Amino acid sequence: MKPTAAREDLLRGLWKENPVLVQTLGLCPTLAVTNSVENGIAMGIATFFVLVGSSVLVSSLRKFIPNEVRITAYILIIATFVTVADMTLQAVVPVIHKQLGAFIALIVVNCIILARQEAFAAKNTVWRSFLDAVGMGFGFIIALLLMCSVREVLGNGTFLGHSVFGPNYEPWVIMVLPPGGFFTLGFMLLGIAAWSRRKNPKPLRARPHAVTMQTTQRAVV
Amino acid sequence: MGDVLWIFVSAMLVNNFTLIMFLGLCPFLGVSSKVGTGIRMGMANIFVLTLTALSVWFLNRFVLGSAPYLRLISFIVVIASLVQLVEMAIKKLSPTLFRELGIYLPLITTNCAILGLAMFQTSRGYNFGEGIAFALGGGLGLMLALVLMGSIREHLELAEVPSVLKGVGLVLVLAGTLSLAFMGFAGLFTS
Repeated sequence: MKPTAAREDLLRGLWKENPVLVQTLGLCPTLAVTNSVENGIAMGIATFFVLVGSSVLVSSLRKFIPNEVRITAYILIIATFVTVADMTLQAVVPVIHKQLGAFIALIVVNCIILARQEAFAAKNTVWRSFLDAVGMGFGFIIALLLMCSVREVLGNGTFLGHSVFGPNYEPWVIMVLPPGGFFTLGFMLLGIAAWSRRKNPKPLRARPHAVTMQTTQRAVV
Repeated sequence: MGDVLWIFVSAMLVNNFTLIMFLGLCPFLGVSSKVGTGIRMGMANIFVLTLTALSVWFLNRFVLGSAPYLRLISFIVVIASLVQLVEMAIKKLSPTLFRELGIYLPLITTNCAILGLAMFQTSRGYNFGEGIAFALGGGLGLMLALVLMGSIREHLELAEVPSVLKGVGLVLVLAGTLSLAFMGFAGLFTS
């Protein structure tokens, strides 16, 4: 394998095929836990760990997993890693674990992870799957950081608990409430669409939802 | 009885699964382009949610007491097999309904609302009746959100939207507006 291919595997997830901002996968955690930077970072790291772990395991077992039950096998592998991540967070950062609550368990149904297993890890070598998972995991962390920085700074006037605008700032409370999540991500996606249109008048953006639906459809049938 | 009613209304409106708790966003964004499909998807969801609440209650009561670390894995396996079972049953008993629900039924397995319901039901320690009320309320709330979004998007088809604004971004902004409206329901229970 050429070194350029390895670089491509690694860098693809960061921006060009960013799981959240371009493929619009994994929106539930992106919206639900990004009301503070702390939560966003914890969620990003937990998802990163689960994604890398299950990608490596799935790709090393890809010759042994029968095609008919592969999705069940993937889900079980992912659920195992999520249980590990859940217990680790509970032991290391109990406060954040409490704030994230059920959303750590919901990493299991994060479509980013299942999509990477089905689309990449199941067909490629362990090393390439590892690189791909690291790239996609960092892409997810970048998207979460963007979201939670905007929301915490505007909605609370703080960044990681430190005051940004000084004591006279009137917090824009709606940004840390649920509607703020929808608005932030919505405007972010609109901005990206407008930007990629300016760069390339006829964007060849895949219909991400069509792809997800097809994948899950094939998976379950 | 009051508790059960409160849980029902709270799950449906005040803490709407999709708009306030961000559960089940994939179907909300993926299949909400028409009112009809929204209703069907909502019905399939209510059905599976109720069955899940039943089996989660059973698991928590009789099985998981001695092995709490297996919770997540057993929930996911139970949900997946439940959906498969329901699908086979409906296919056998009522082929018409099966055709109506079509692909929505299997898709529910990967819907985070179902696993979310199971996790919240466990962490809040709901008993049997409360669990069912939570499931029914949450399911109706999902259906409400899908139908509202479906009708907005049906109108959007005819409206003149600048082409750069078309796509998921616009749907998310609309969802934000709906979410804002649903936050008003929080005042229902303060008095």
